[in-house]
Amino acid sequence: MSVDRTRLPVSGPAAAPRLPEVRRTRLSNGLAVWTAGHHSVPVVTVVLVVPAGAAQDPADRPGLASLTGDMLDEGSGARSAIDMHDALARIGAQFDTEVGADATLVAITTLSRHLAAGLDLLADVVLRPSLAAGDFERVRRLRLNRLQQLRDLAPFVAERAFARWIYGTHPYGHVPVGDETALAALTLDEVRGFHARMFVPEGATVIAVGDAPHASLVAAVEAAFGGWRAPAGVHGPSDLPEPPADPPAGRLALVHRPAAAQSELRIGQVAAARDTPDYHALLVLNTILGGQFISRINMNLRQTHGYTYGARTAFDFRRRRGPFQFESSVQSSVTADALREALGELEAIRGPRPATADEIETARTALTRGYARNFETAQQVARALSQLALYGLPDDYFQQFVPRVEAVGEAEVLRVARDYLHPDRMGILIVGDRDVVAPGLAPLQAGPLTLLPGGGAAAS
Amino acid sequence: MNIAYTKHVLDNGLQVLVHEDRNCPIVAVNLWYHVGSKNERPHHTGFAHLFEHLMFEGSAHYDRGYFHPLQQAGGVLNGSTNADRTNYWEVVPRHTLELALWMESDRMGYLLPALTEAKFANQRDVVLNERRQNYENRPYGLASMAVLAALYPAAHPYHWSTIGEVADLHAATLDQAHDFFRAYYHPANASLVIAGDVETAEAFDLAQRYFGDIPPGPPVARVSATASIDREVRLLLEDRVEMPRLYLTWHSPAMFAAGDAEMDLLSDLLANGKTSRLYRRLVYERRLATDVSSLQNSRELSGFFQVVATPTPEHTLAELDEEISAEIERLMADGPVESELERSRAQVEANFVYRLQTVGGFGGKSDQLNAYNTFLGDAGYFERDLAQYLEATCEDVRRAGAAHLARGRRVALSVVPQGRTDLAVPGSERTVVS
Repeated sequence: MSVDRTRLPVSGPAAAPRLPEVRRTRLSNGLAVWTAGHHSVPVVTVVLVVPAGAAQDPADRPGLASLTGDMLDEGSGARSAIDMHDALARIGAQFDTEVGADATLVAITTLSRHLAAGLDLLADVVLRPSLAAGDFERVRRLRLNRLQQLRDLAPFVAERAFARWIYGTHPYGHVPVGDETALAALTLDEVRGFHARMFVPEGATVIAVGDAPHASLVAAVEAAFGGWRAPAGVHGPSDLPEPPADPPAGRLALVHRPAAAQSELRIGQVAAARDTPDYHALLVLNTILGGQFISRINMNLRQTHGYTYGARTAFDFRRRRGPFQFESSVQSSVTADALREALGELEAIRGPRPATADEIETARTALTRGYARNFETAQQVARALSQLALYGLPDDYFQQFVPRVEAVGEAEVLRVARDYLHPDRMGILIVGDRDVVAPGLAPLQAGPLTLLPGGGAAAS
Repeated sequence: MNIAYTKHVLDNGLQVLVHEDRNCPIVAVNLWYHVGSKNERPHHTGFAHLFEHLMFEGSAHYDRGYFHPLQQAGGVLNGSTNADRTNYWEVVPRHTLELALWMESDRMGYLLPALTEAKFANQRDVVLNERRQNYENRPYGLASMAVLAALYPAAHPYHWSTIGEVADLHAATLDQAHDFFRAYYHPANASLVIAGDVETAEAFDLAQRYFGDIPPGPPVARVSATASIDREVRLLLEDRVEMPRLYLTWHSPAMFAAGDAEMDLLSDLLANGKTSRLYRRLVYERRLATDVSSLQNSRELSGFFQVVATPTPEHTLAELDEEISAEIERLMADGPVESELERSRAQVEANFVYRLQTVGGFGGKSDQLNAYNTFLGDAGYFERDLAQYLEATCEDVRRAGAAHLARGRRVALSVVPQGRTDLAVPGSERTVVS
């Protein structure tokens, strides 16, 4: 049978994703334990979700949560940092600590035959870190050096300046890694205090996914974490204030980076919390606007104009309203043109050129038919579950995802575009060469240009 | 432990491999063309990668961007180019397999009628921006180019980087793109893997149906070249960076050649993770460096072994050089101890298991089958590959290091902040990368 090349083949009906069967229990110390089987490969992933991240940093101590996360694997009991990593390496473990705005995730992946040993190491790291003075000084110095290096990494410079620009003094207004001034002032006692206050079983969740029966997973978690107790009088993370409703005072800002080969761009605003009822509609909206290769903004800036290697938008859904942002890195000489096109797309989808029925159908099927892919590995399942645990999402969240997305229609996409996107009030940030970029910005009519610090070393 | 597969070769020379994994209702399509930047010529660099971009811009029977139908169907797709090969892949819901095969086969068989000057000009701009973003505007981004240029002579096909020279990209023409396609993008120079939730017989039927009619192209001559250096080359490169950084690079065994696994193990125990010799000595104990890493970069013609380290502000590149060189010399003299090699083996074995977790994408099972099949002609090499690591002895590792890591046969590149040539290792000659 020869191939009909006059049209693309029609796909059959989508196969239902194979969703993990999750069991939820709670240990007597209050720790939630979620388990799911995943049997394709003899591997197990365990993630501890502690609902305290960089947003819990005291106002004058940005970086405390992240530094605490960095200190966890620097030794425990009689084991030095080297001993700890030697033990991890000898079971072939992948170990990772990730400190975001809302949470600290400590994850270990190992062969399922090493489940008990892996959990013991995870418990040592999380419950009994040495937090010793010598290690603290070494780790702090390494971070200071790292921060110094990051001054020259344009995407980082942009990320840091943009968070401050959009959120001001709100806890979401700094990046987790913090800054050099605060890091120089931080003390070991503050790290110990943060660990004692935030790393408590009540509110935390251990998620274990892998090639083992539920009962074995739960028993192994209980053996390692059952004795975890909070110090008396400790209450875990505090509530976050509402993010600012007002846009930044000036809309247009620039971090000067002399002779930069490209301009790193951000446009955005405070947008949506993870618990918004509009979550699925916003996903559909973003998929059309800038969430995948074929989205409007990438097609415009990359494929039509060749301004950039890529352009995207994203909602970062958090406990409180997280940011919506456009980001791209564009050839310096077309900075103003790229901003004009991006702002044009942000405006168009709110009415002048609303998402069409075709675009919405394309976005819905991309999300629903691609959903199965998110559950291929134990790590993926554990990571997806960590979001449910962190944000208190319903137990049937995975089951509801496809029908919820399928129910999103044209009117809803237009409504959320108008409710959540306000390009006339969004902050606009450029990390680039002022002398090349600034003269072209007037036609954007975005007001005066604010110069922000942080551009790094000089270029040739 | 292995990746079970069945292989057939179509009449036109296309190699087809099928691997069943019914755990998740998705299928990976992974297509390798045995062409990379090493098939380019001096003054025509960057072409293989630029061409990869053009493969997503439409073909005769679907003359639009390739991302749209596949993303709409819930698939993901990408491609990549390195010195030795170019790969294209899709991961799609199982009922969408035919769509992926239709599109891959259309651009293999019928690309040229749709390949226009406008697409060529647009994607050249995109690639120039990719170069600016990932090399020119990134700290230390140009270091790899300086190292390759020093390690291989000008006519050697590894002398240039895959992204290419700016002037060459500007000089590239549409006619050259057509010639390049005819020479390299045909069934007899390609290997197709279908892996995932599909029956083997059905997958072969589909492969025959979609690719069987495409005519084989001209034979592709294998590239061969050798390179060695017989002295220490000391270079310095000024860059927009806060801290200087040292790159030490040696020639090393080719991919899967004798000594490749040993050099990989050597790299692991030298600088992978906190337990490694150099991390422990330079970062943890003596606090001379903020970071240290190493790599056995094995490629088809030959490999290179590299150690990279950044000194703390109180120390110099020359001090780091002394410490690193001394540690390597110790290893070459005494070899590793059994317990540290045991630890490396445990990590290697686990990493081979982790590699079995995904059917598609970069590094997934389909990509691994294609790597073994393309470079060795033996897609079933997984277990023997692992055995190379598990069977290597301390003496094997010592001997491999001693054979390749001589101080007098390497490139020592100092990357320093603008105007701070004084920070380079003494005796370094200034180099420029554009």
